Amino acid sequence: MSTPVLYDVQGPRAKRRVLVASLVGLAALVLLVLLAVQRLADNGQFESRLYEPFLDQPDLYDRLRAGLMNTLTAAAYALVLASLLGIVLAFGRLSSRWFLRLPAVAVVEFFRGVPLLLLILGIFLSFPLALSIDLSALQALVLGLTLYNGAVIAEIVRAGVLAIPKGQSEAALAMGMSRGQLLRLVLLPQAVRIMLPSLISQLVVLLKDTSLGFVIGFEELLRTGGQVVQVLNNPLQMYVLIALVYISINGTLSLLATWVEGRQRRTVTTSATLAPTEAGAVL
Amino acid sequence: MDAVLDNLDVFAEGFTRTVTLTLLAAVGALLLGTLIAAMRVSPVPPLRWAGTAYVQLVRNTPLTVVFFLVVFGLPEVDVILSFFQFAVLALSLYTAAFVAEAVRSGILSVPSGQAEASRAVGMTFGQTLRLVVLPQAFANIVPPLASVFIALLKNTSIAGAFFIFEGTQSMARLINANGDQAIAILAAAALAYLGLSLISSALFGLLERRVTVSR
Repeated sequence: MSTPVLYDVQGPRAKRRVLVASLVGLAALVLLVLLAVQRLADNGQFESRLYEPFLDQPDLYDRLRAGLMNTLTAAAYALVLASLLGIVLAFGRLSSRWFLRLPAVAVVEFFRGVPLLLLILGIFLSFPLALSIDLSALQALVLGLTLYNGAVIAEIVRAGVLAIPKGQSEAALAMGMSRGQLLRLVLLPQAVRIMLPSLISQLVVLLKDTSLGFVIGFEELLRTGGQVVQVLNNPLQMYVLIALVYISINGTLSLLATWVEGRQRRTVTTSATLAPTEAGAVL
Repeated sequence: MDAVLDNLDVFAEGFTRTVTLTLLAAVGALLLGTLIAAMRVSPVPPLRWAGTAYVQLVRNTPLTVVFFLVVFGLPEVDVILSFFQFAVLALSLYTAAFVAEAVRSGILSVPSGQAEASRAVGMTFGQTLRLVVLPQAFANIVPPLASVFIALLKNTSIAGAFFIFEGTQSMARLINANGDQAIAILAAAALAYLGLSLISSALFGLLERRVTVSR
Protein backbone atom coordinates (compact mmCIF):
# COMPACT_ATOMS: atom_id res chain seq x y z
CA MET A 1 0.00 0.00 0.00
CA SER A 2 1.42 3.39 -0.96
CA THR A 3 1.64 6.10 1.66
CA PRO A 4 -1.82 7.54 2.23
CA VAL A 5 -2.06 11.02 0.76
CA LEU A 6 -5.41 11.94 2.14
CA TYR A 7 -5.27 10.91 5.76
CA ASP A 8 -2.82 10.80 8.66
CA VAL A 9 -1.59 7.79 10.56
CA GLN A 10 -4.69 6.74 12.46
CA GLY A 11 -5.15 7.23 16.19
CA PRO A 12 -7.41 5.09 18.38
CA ARG A 13 -10.60 6.98 17.50
CA ALA A 14 -9.97 6.95 13.76
CA LYS A 15 -9.11 3.25 13.98
CA ARG A 16 -12.44 2.58 15.66
CA ARG A 17 -14.26 4.53 12.97
CA VAL A 18 -12.44 2.65 10.19
CA LEU A 19 -13.36 -0.65 11.87
CA VAL A 20 -17.03 0.34 11.94
CA ALA A 21 -16.90 1.51 8.32
CA SER A 22 -15.13 -1.74 7.35
CA LEU A 23 -17.83 -3.84 8.94
CA VAL A 24 -20.61 -1.79 7.37
CA GLY A 25 -18.88 -1.84 3.96
CA LEU A 26 -18.25 -5.57 4.17
CA ALA A 27 -21.84 -6.20 5.22
CA ALA A 28 -23.12 -4.10 2.28
CA LEU A 29 -20.91 -6.00 -0.20
CA VAL A 30 -21.89 -9.40 1.22
CA LEU A 31 -25.56 -8.38 1.12
CA LEU A 32 -25.23 -7.35 -2.52
CA VAL A 33 -23.61 -10.68 -3.41
CA LEU A 34 -26.24 -12.63 -1.44
CA LEU A 35 -29.04 -10.76 -3.20
CA ALA A 36 -27.51 -11.60 -6.59
CA VAL A 37 -27.03 -15.26 -5.59
CA GLN A 38 -30.60 -15.44 -4.30
CA ARG A 39 -32.00 -14.12 -7.57
CA LEU A 40 -29.74 -16.37 -9.64
CA ALA A 41 -31.00 -19.33 -7.62
CA ASP A 42 -34.62 -18.22 -8.09
CA ASN A 43 -34.03 -18.14 -11.83
CA GLY A 44 -32.59 -21.63 -11.77
CA GLN A 45 -29.05 -20.61 -12.63
CA PHE A 46 -27.57 -23.11 -10.17
CA GLU A 47 -29.30 -26.16 -11.66
CA SER A 48 -26.82 -28.94 -12.25
CA ARG A 49 -27.73 -29.34 -15.96
CA LEU A 50 -26.04 -25.96 -16.60
CA TYR A 51 -22.77 -27.12 -15.09
CA GLU A 52 -22.63 -30.83 -15.95
CA PRO A 53 -21.41 -30.29 -19.56
CA PHE A 54 -18.25 -28.69 -18.15
CA LEU A 55 -17.53 -31.93 -16.26
CA ASP A 56 -18.76 -34.75 -18.48
CA GLN A 57 -18.20 -33.41 -22.01
CA PRO A 58 -14.46 -33.27 -22.70
CA ASP A 59 -15.02 -32.44 -26.39
CA LEU A 60 -16.39 -29.09 -25.18
CA TYR A 61 -12.89 -28.18 -24.08
CA ASP A 62 -11.48 -29.35 -27.43
CA ARG A 63 -13.72 -26.84 -29.20
CA LEU A 64 -12.88 -24.05 -26.78
CA ARG A 65 -9.19 -24.85 -27.10
CA ALA A 66 -9.48 -24.61 -30.89
CA GLY A 67 -11.18 -21.22 -30.44
CA LEU A 68 -8.47 -20.06 -28.07
CA MET A 69 -5.81 -21.16 -30.55
CA ASN A 70 -7.51 -19.07 -33.25
CA THR A 71 -7.57 -16.10 -30.87
CA LEU A 72 -3.86 -16.53 -30.13
CA THR A 73 -3.01 -17.05 -33.81
CA ALA A 74 -4.73 -13.81 -34.81
CA ALA A 75 -3.05 -11.98 -31.93
CA ALA A 76 0.39 -13.39 -32.87
CA TYR A 77 0.11 -12.41 -36.55
CA ALA A 78 -1.21 -8.98 -35.63
CA LEU A 79 1.51 -8.41 -33.03
CA VAL A 80 4.36 -9.17 -35.44
CA LEU A 81 2.88 -7.16 -38.33
CA ALA A 82 1.83 -4.25 -36.11
CA SER A 83 5.31 -4.06 -34.57
CA LEU A 84 6.90 -3.86 -38.01
CA LEU A 85 4.37 -1.25 -39.17
CA GLY A 86 4.81 0.64 -35.90
CA ILE A 87 8.60 0.85 -36.27
CA VAL A 88 8.31 2.04 -39.88
CA LEU A 89 5.70 4.66 -38.97
CA ALA A 90 7.64 5.84 -35.91
CA PHE A 91 10.83 6.35 -37.90
CA GLY A 92 8.82 8.05 -40.62
CA ARG A 93 7.42 10.42 -38.04
CA LEU A 94 10.87 11.04 -36.52
CA SER A 95 12.41 11.65 -39.93
CA SER A 96 13.77 15.07 -40.76
CA ARG A 97 12.26 14.89 -44.27
CA TRP A 98 8.74 16.24 -44.54
CA PHE A 99 7.67 13.87 -47.30
CA LEU A 100 8.28 10.96 -44.91
CA ARG A 101 7.05 12.73 -41.79
CA LEU A 102 3.68 14.06 -42.99
CA PRO A 103 2.30 10.78 -44.42
CA ALA A 104 3.41 8.95 -41.27
CA VAL A 105 1.64 11.52 -39.06
CA ALA A 106 -1.53 11.26 -41.18
CA VAL A 107 -1.56 7.45 -41.11
CA VAL A 108 -0.93 7.27 -37.36
CA GLU A 109 -3.58 9.85 -36.48
CA PHE A 110 -6.14 8.33 -38.84
CA PHE A 111 -5.91 4.76 -37.61
CA ARG A 112 -5.68 5.79 -33.95
CA GLY A 113 -8.83 7.88 -34.25
CA VAL A 114 -11.08 5.34 -35.95
CA PRO A 115 -12.91 2.57 -34.05
CA LEU A 116 -11.22 -0.77 -34.55
CA LEU A 117 -14.55 -2.46 -35.23
CA LEU A 118 -15.25 0.02 -38.04
CA LEU A 119 -11.88 -0.88 -39.58
CA ILE A 120 -12.40 -4.63 -39.28
CA LEU A 121 -16.01 -4.56 -40.49
CA GLY A 122 -15.24 -2.01 -43.19
CA ILE A 123 -12.31 -4.03 -44.53
CA PHE A 124 -14.25 -7.28 -44.36
CA LEU A 125 -17.27 -5.85 -46.21
CA SER A 126 -15.69 -3.45 -48.68
CA PHE A 127 -12.59 -5.27 -49.93
CA PRO A 128 -14.51 -8.06 -51.71
CA LEU A 129 -17.25 -5.72 -52.96
CA ALA A 130 -15.26 -2.69 -54.10
CA LEU A 131 -11.78 -4.01 -54.78
CA SER A 132 -12.64 -7.63 -55.66
CA ILE A 133 -10.12 -8.82 -53.08
CA ASP A 134 -11.46 -11.81 -51.21
CA LEU A 135 -10.41 -11.80 -47.60
CA SER A 136 -10.94 -14.53 -45.05
CA ALA A 137 -12.28 -13.43 -41.67
CA LEU A 138 -8.84 -14.06 -40.17
CA GLN A 139 -7.16 -11.86 -42.78
CA ALA A 140 -9.64 -9.01 -42.28
CA LEU A 141 -9.25 -9.25 -38.49
CA VAL A 142 -5.44 -9.33 -38.65
CA LEU A 143 -5.36 -6.45 -41.14
CA GLY A 144 -7.63 -4.30 -38.94
CA LEU A 145 -5.68 -5.16 -35.79
CA THR A 146 -2.38 -4.48 -37.58
CA LEU A 147 -3.41 -1.03 -38.82
CA TYR A 148 -4.80 0.10 -35.45
CA ASN A 149 -2.09 -1.39 -33.25
CA GLY A 150 0.63 -0.36 -35.71
CA ALA A 151 -0.45 3.25 -35.22
CA VAL A 152 -0.47 2.86 -31.44
CA ILE A 153 2.89 1.05 -31.39
CA ALA A 154 4.32 3.80 -33.61
CA GLU A 155 3.52 6.28 -30.87
CA ILE A 156 5.04 3.98 -28.23
CA VAL A 157 8.24 3.60 -30.29
CA ARG A 158 8.40 7.33 -30.93
CA ALA A 159 8.01 8.08 -27.21
CA GLY A 160 10.70 5.47 -26.48
CA VAL A 161 13.14 7.02 -28.96
CA LEU A 162 12.42 10.55 -27.69
CA ALA A 163 13.05 9.40 -24.11
CA ILE A 164 16.66 8.50 -24.92
CA PRO A 165 19.07 11.23 -23.75
CA LYS A 166 20.07 13.60 -26.55
CA GLY A 167 23.74 12.92 -25.91
CA GLN A 168 23.34 9.45 -27.41
CA SER A 169 22.42 10.71 -30.87
CA GLU A 170 24.90 13.58 -30.65
CA ALA A 171 27.70 11.13 -29.82
CA ALA A 172 26.68 8.79 -32.65
CA LEU A 173 26.52 11.63 -35.17
CA ALA A 174 29.84 13.00 -33.92
CA MET A 175 31.41 9.60 -34.60
CA GLY A 176 30.24 9.89 -38.20
CA MET A 177 27.28 7.51 -38.15
CA SER A 178 24.59 8.09 -40.75
CA ARG A 179 21.03 8.79 -39.59
CA GLY A 180 20.06 5.24 -40.55
CA GLN A 181 22.90 3.77 -38.49
CA LEU A 182 21.98 6.06 -35.61
CA LEU A 183 18.40 4.76 -35.57
CA ARG A 184 19.31 1.14 -36.11
CA LEU A 185 22.38 0.77 -33.90
CA VAL A 186 21.93 3.37 -31.17
CA LEU A 187 18.33 4.51 -30.75
CA LEU A 188 16.21 1.42 -31.48
CA PRO A 189 18.05 -1.00 -29.14
CA GLN A 190 17.75 1.45 -26.27
CA ALA A 191 14.16 2.40 -27.13
CA VAL A 192 13.09 -1.27 -27.01
CA ARG A 193 14.16 -1.44 -23.37
CA ILE A 194 12.27 1.71 -22.47
CA MET A 195 9.08 0.79 -24.28
CA LEU A 196 8.87 -2.89 -23.32
CA PRO A 197 6.32 -2.36 -20.49
CA SER A 198 4.02 -0.24 -22.71
CA LEU A 199 4.41 -2.79 -25.48
CA ILE A 200 3.29 -5.63 -23.22
CA SER A 201 0.30 -3.54 -22.04
CA GLN A 202 -0.59 -2.95 -25.68
CA LEU A 203 -0.45 -6.71 -26.22
CA VAL A 204 -3.19 -7.03 -23.60
CA VAL A 205 -5.31 -4.54 -25.58
CA LEU A 206 -4.60 -6.45 -28.79
CA LEU A 207 -5.56 -9.76 -27.26
CA LYS A 208 -8.81 -8.29 -25.95
CA ASP A 209 -9.55 -6.81 -29.37
CA THR A 210 -9.24 -10.16 -31.16
CA SER A 211 -12.67 -10.85 -29.66
CA LEU A 212 -14.06 -8.39 -32.24
CA GLY A 213 -13.50 -11.21 -34.72
CA PHE A 214 -16.83 -12.65 -33.59
CA VAL A 215 -18.62 -9.82 -35.44
CA ILE A 216 -17.26 -10.96 -38.82
CA GLY A 217 -17.69 -14.67 -38.08
CA PHE A 218 -14.10 -15.53 -37.17
CA GLU A 219 -14.21 -18.56 -34.88
CA GLU A 220 -12.15 -17.27 -32.01
CA LEU A 221 -12.73 -18.07 -28.35
CA LEU A 222 -15.82 -15.88 -27.89
CA ARG A 223 -17.63 -17.01 -31.02
CA THR A 224 -16.80 -20.66 -30.33
CA GLY A 225 -18.27 -20.17 -26.86
CA GLY A 226 -21.37 -18.65 -28.44
CA GLN A 227 -21.78 -21.66 -30.74
CA VAL A 228 -21.46 -24.07 -27.83
CA VAL A 229 -24.04 -22.04 -25.91
CA GLN A 230 -26.58 -22.59 -28.70
CA VAL A 231 -26.45 -26.31 -27.96
CA LEU A 232 -25.99 -26.33 -24.20
CA ASN A 233 -28.14 -23.27 -23.46
CA ASN A 234 -26.02 -22.06 -20.56
CA PRO A 235 -24.90 -18.59 -21.74
CA LEU A 236 -24.12 -17.09 -18.34
CA GLN A 237 -21.90 -19.97 -17.22
CA MET A 238 -20.10 -20.11 -20.56
CA TYR A 239 -19.42 -16.40 -20.81
CA VAL A 240 -18.18 -16.30 -17.22
CA LEU A 241 -15.76 -19.13 -18.12
CA ILE A 242 -14.60 -17.22 -21.21
CA ALA A 243 -14.17 -14.03 -19.17
CA LEU A 244 -12.03 -16.00 -16.71
CA VAL A 245 -9.83 -17.29 -19.56
CA TYR A 246 -9.25 -13.74 -20.82
CA ILE A 247 -8.70 -12.43 -17.29
CA SER A 248 -6.09 -15.08 -16.48
CA ILE A 249 -4.13 -14.55 -19.72
CA ASN A 250 -4.31 -10.77 -19.61
CA GLY A 251 -3.76 -10.62 -15.87
CA THR A 252 -0.54 -12.61 -16.31
CA LEU A 253 0.59 -10.26 -19.10
CA SER A 254 -0.22 -7.19 -16.97
CA LEU A 255 1.80 -8.65 -14.08
CA LEU A 256 4.65 -9.30 -16.53
CA ALA A 257 4.53 -5.67 -17.67
CA THR A 258 4.70 -4.43 -14.08
CA TRP A 259 7.57 -6.84 -13.34
CA VAL A 260 9.57 -5.73 -16.40
CA GLU A 261 8.99 -2.11 -15.46
CA GLY A 262 10.23 -2.66 -11.92
CA ARG A 263 13.23 -4.67 -13.13
CA GLN A 264 14.23 -1.98 -15.58
CA ARG A 265 14.06 0.73 -12.97
CA ARG A 266 16.51 -1.35 -10.98
CA THR A 267 18.91 -2.09 -13.83
CA VAL A 268 19.15 1.55 -14.82
CA THR A 269 20.45 2.49 -11.39
CA THR A 270 23.00 -0.32 -11.35
CA SER A 271 24.31 0.33 -14.87
CA ALA A 272 26.58 3.08 -13.55
CA THR A 273 28.39 0.58 -11.31
CA LEU A 274 28.58 -2.00 -14.10
CA ALA A 275 30.24 0.35 -16.57
CA PRO A 276 33.80 0.34 -15.10
CA THR A 277 34.10 -3.48 -15.08
CA GLU A 278 32.90 -3.64 -18.67
CA ALA A 279 35.43 -0.99 -19.72
CA GLY A 280 38.13 -2.92 -17.86
CA ALA A 281 37.24 -6.09 -19.72
CA VAL A 282 37.58 -4.31 -23.04
CA LEU A 283 40.91 -2.86 -22.11
CA MET B 1 -19.59 9.52 -53.47
CA ASP B 2 -23.32 9.51 -54.42
CA ALA B 3 -24.08 6.71 -52.02
CA VAL B 4 -22.70 8.84 -49.19
CA LEU B 5 -24.48 12.05 -50.16
CA ASP B 6 -27.81 10.34 -50.87
CA ASN B 7 -27.78 8.55 -47.54
CA LEU B 8 -26.71 11.32 -45.21
CA ASP B 9 -29.92 10.73 -43.22
CA VAL B 10 -28.86 7.11 -42.54
CA PHE B 11 -25.47 8.33 -41.32
CA ALA B 12 -27.15 11.06 -39.29
CA GLU B 13 -29.42 8.55 -37.57
CA GLY B 14 -26.50 6.22 -36.81
CA PHE B 15 -24.09 8.83 -35.54
CA THR B 16 -26.75 10.60 -33.46
CA ARG B 17 -27.15 7.30 -31.63
CA THR B 18 -23.34 7.02 -31.34
CA VAL B 19 -23.24 10.43 -29.66
CA THR B 20 -26.19 9.63 -27.36
CA LEU B 21 -24.58 6.33 -26.33
CA THR B 22 -21.27 8.07 -25.68
CA LEU B 23 -22.78 10.86 -23.57
CA LEU B 24 -25.01 8.57 -21.48
CA ALA B 25 -22.24 6.02 -20.93
CA ALA B 26 -19.77 8.83 -20.10
CA VAL B 27 -22.06 10.09 -17.33
CA GLY B 28 -22.54 6.56 -15.99
CA ALA B 29 -18.82 5.77 -16.16
CA LEU B 30 -17.90 9.06 -14.49
CA LEU B 31 -20.26 8.42 -11.56
CA LEU B 32 -19.32 4.76 -11.08
CA GLY B 33 -15.61 5.37 -11.79
CA THR B 34 -15.38 8.20 -9.26
CA LEU B 35 -17.13 6.01 -6.67
CA ILE B 36 -14.66 3.18 -7.31
CA ALA B 37 -11.70 5.57 -7.17
CA ALA B 38 -13.02 6.92 -3.84
CA MET B 39 -13.27 3.33 -2.57
CA ARG B 40 -9.70 2.65 -3.68
CA VAL B 41 -8.19 5.65 -1.84
CA SER B 42 -10.40 5.24 1.24
CA PRO B 43 -8.95 4.07 4.58
CA VAL B 44 -11.53 1.23 4.69
CA PRO B 45 -9.83 -2.04 3.61
CA PRO B 46 -12.87 -4.02 2.33
CA LEU B 47 -13.93 -1.14 0.07
CA ARG B 48 -10.34 -0.80 -1.16
CA TRP B 49 -10.20 -4.51 -2.01
CA ALA B 50 -13.55 -4.43 -3.77
CA GLY B 51 -12.47 -1.41 -5.85
CA THR B 52 -9.15 -2.99 -6.80
CA ALA B 53 -10.81 -6.29 -7.70
CA TYR B 54 -13.35 -4.51 -9.92
CA VAL B 55 -10.71 -2.56 -11.81
CA GLN B 56 -8.42 -5.57 -12.31
CA LEU B 57 -11.20 -7.88 -13.47
CA VAL B 58 -12.87 -5.43 -15.85
CA ARG B 59 -9.63 -4.08 -17.34
CA ASN B 60 -8.57 -7.57 -18.41
CA THR B 61 -11.93 -8.53 -19.93
CA PRO B 62 -12.76 -7.65 -23.55
CA LEU B 63 -15.66 -5.21 -23.88
CA THR B 64 -17.47 -7.72 -26.08
CA VAL B 65 -17.43 -10.24 -23.21
CA VAL B 66 -18.72 -7.52 -20.84
CA PHE B 67 -21.58 -6.98 -23.30
CA PHE B 68 -22.41 -10.70 -23.34
CA LEU B 69 -22.28 -10.91 -19.54
CA VAL B 70 -24.59 -7.88 -19.21
CA VAL B 71 -27.04 -9.02 -21.87
CA PHE B 72 -27.24 -12.64 -20.64
CA GLY B 73 -26.39 -12.14 -16.96
CA LEU B 74 -28.53 -9.22 -15.79
CA PRO B 75 -31.90 -10.75 -16.80
CA GLU B 76 -30.99 -13.66 -14.52
CA VAL B 77 -30.81 -11.28 -11.54
CA ASP B 78 -34.16 -9.81 -12.61
CA VAL B 79 -32.70 -6.68 -14.22
CA ILE B 80 -34.56 -6.60 -17.52
CA LEU B 81 -33.84 -3.61 -19.76
CA SER B 82 -33.97 -2.70 -23.42
CA PHE B 83 -30.94 -3.41 -25.63
CA PHE B 84 -30.12 0.30 -25.65
CA GLN B 85 -30.13 0.43 -21.85
CA PHE B 86 -28.02 -2.73 -21.72
CA ALA B 87 -25.54 -1.14 -24.14
CA VAL B 88 -25.27 2.04 -22.06
CA LEU B 89 -24.82 -0.09 -18.95
CA ALA B 90 -22.15 -2.35 -20.47
CA LEU B 91 -20.20 0.65 -21.80
CA SER B 92 -20.51 2.41 -18.41
CA LEU B 93 -19.41 -0.64 -16.42
CA TYR B 94 -16.39 -1.16 -18.71
CA THR B 95 -15.32 2.49 -18.95
CA ALA B 96 -15.77 3.01 -15.19
CA ALA B 97 -12.68 0.86 -14.53
CA PHE B 98 -10.55 3.17 -16.69
CA VAL B 99 -12.13 6.32 -15.23
CA ALA B 100 -11.36 4.99 -11.75
CA GLU B 101 -7.70 4.51 -12.68
CA ALA B 102 -7.45 8.05 -14.09
CA VAL B 103 -9.10 9.60 -11.02
CA ARG B 104 -7.08 7.52 -8.56
CA SER B 105 -3.72 8.26 -10.15
CA GLY B 106 -4.71 11.94 -10.31
CA ILE B 107 -5.39 11.98 -6.57
CA LEU B 108 -2.21 10.05 -5.78
CA SER B 109 -0.15 12.43 -7.95
CA VAL B 110 -0.86 15.31 -5.57
CA PRO B 111 2.25 15.54 -3.35
CA SER B 112 1.45 14.19 0.11
CA GLY B 113 2.94 17.37 1.62
CA GLN B 114 -0.11 19.27 0.33
CA ALA B 115 -2.55 17.21 2.39
CA GLU B 116 -0.18 17.18 5.36
CA ALA B 117 0.14 20.95 5.26
CA SER B 118 -3.62 21.47 5.10
CA ARG B 119 -4.10 19.15 8.06
CA ALA B 120 -1.32 21.00 9.89
CA VAL B 121 -3.19 24.31 9.53
CA GLY B 122 -6.25 22.62 11.00
CA MET B 123 -8.41 21.85 7.98
CA THR B 124 -10.92 19.04 8.33
CA PHE B 125 -10.86 16.01 6.01
CA GLY B 126 -13.62 17.52 3.90
CA GLN B 127 -11.82 20.85 3.58
CA THR B 128 -8.55 19.13 2.74
CA LEU B 129 -10.25 17.21 -0.02
CA ARG B 130 -12.40 20.07 -1.36
CA LEU B 131 -9.99 22.99 -1.16
CA VAL B 132 -6.53 21.46 -1.55
CA VAL B 133 -6.34 17.95 -2.99
CA LEU B 134 -9.18 17.74 -5.53
CA PRO B 135 -8.51 21.06 -7.33
CA GLN B 136 -4.91 19.95 -7.93
CA ALA B 137 -5.90 16.39 -8.71
CA PHE B 138 -8.42 17.57 -11.29
CA ALA B 139 -5.70 19.14 -13.45
CA ASN B 140 -3.98 15.74 -13.56
CA ILE B 141 -7.23 13.85 -14.16
CA VAL B 142 -8.56 15.73 -17.19
CA PRO B 143 -5.97 14.71 -19.83
CA PRO B 144 -6.16 10.93 -19.16
CA LEU B 145 -9.93 11.24 -18.79
CA ALA B 146 -10.06 12.80 -22.26
CA SER B 147 -8.38 9.72 -23.78
CA VAL B 148 -10.70 7.42 -21.80
CA PHE B 149 -13.78 9.16 -23.18
CA ILE B 150 -12.44 9.22 -26.75
CA ALA B 151 -11.84 5.48 -26.39
CA LEU B 152 -15.44 5.23 -25.18
CA LEU B 153 -16.65 7.06 -28.29
CA LYS B 154 -14.89 4.46 -30.43
CA ASN B 155 -16.05 1.58 -28.23
CA THR B 156 -19.72 2.47 -28.78
CA SER B 157 -19.26 0.79 -32.18
CA ILE B 158 -19.36 -2.56 -30.38
CA ALA B 159 -22.97 -1.83 -29.36
CA GLY B 160 -23.72 -2.26 -33.07
CA ALA B 161 -23.15 -6.00 -32.68
CA PHE B 162 -25.87 -6.02 -30.01
CA PHE B 163 -28.79 -4.74 -32.07
CA ILE B 164 -28.11 -1.00 -31.69
CA PHE B 165 -28.17 0.94 -34.95
CA GLU B 166 -25.24 3.31 -34.45
CA GLY B 167 -22.55 4.82 -36.68
CA THR B 168 -20.67 1.65 -37.59
CA GLN B 169 -23.91 -0.23 -38.31
CA SER B 170 -25.09 2.60 -40.58
CA MET B 171 -21.84 2.15 -42.52
CA ALA B 172 -22.34 -1.64 -42.72
CA ARG B 173 -25.92 -1.20 -43.98
CA LEU B 174 -24.86 1.29 -46.67
CA ILE B 175 -21.94 -0.87 -47.82
CA ASN B 176 -24.22 -3.88 -48.16
CA ALA B 177 -26.64 -1.80 -50.25
CA ASN B 178 -24.01 0.00 -52.38
CA GLY B 179 -21.12 -2.43 -52.69
CA ASP B 180 -19.47 -0.59 -55.59
CA GLN B 181 -18.95 2.55 -53.48
CA ALA B 182 -17.85 0.71 -50.35
CA ILE B 183 -14.55 2.55 -49.99
CA ALA B 184 -16.20 5.99 -50.10
CA ILE B 185 -18.74 4.88 -47.48
CA LEU B 186 -16.00 3.46 -45.26
CA ALA B 187 -14.02 6.70 -45.58
CA ALA B 188 -17.08 8.82 -44.77
CA ALA B 189 -17.83 6.83 -41.61
CA ALA B 190 -14.18 7.01 -40.55
CA LEU B 191 -14.18 10.78 -41.08
CA ALA B 192 -17.34 11.09 -38.98
CA TYR B 193 -15.62 9.33 -36.07
CA LEU B 194 -12.46 11.41 -36.54
CA GLY B 195 -14.56 14.58 -36.52
CA LEU B 196 -16.35 13.52 -33.34
CA SER B 197 -13.10 12.69 -31.56
CA LEU B 198 -11.56 16.00 -32.72
CA ILE B 199 -14.56 17.85 -31.26
CA SER B 200 -14.23 15.96 -27.97
CA SER B 201 -10.50 16.61 -27.69
CA ALA B 202 -11.11 20.31 -28.40
CA LEU B 203 -13.74 20.43 -25.62
CA PHE B 204 -11.43 18.62 -23.21
CA GLY B 205 -8.63 21.01 -24.21
CA LEU B 206 -10.84 23.91 -23.14
CA LEU B 207 -11.70 22.15 -19.89
CA GLU B 208 -8.03 21.40 -19.27
CA ARG B 209 -7.09 25.06 -19.59
CA ARG B 210 -9.83 26.00 -17.11
CA VAL B 211 -8.89 23.50 -14.41
CA THR B 212 -5.11 23.79 -14.60
CA VAL B 213 -3.79 25.50 -11.48
CA SER B 214 -0.46 27.22 -11.79
CA ARG B 215 1.90 25.92 -9.16
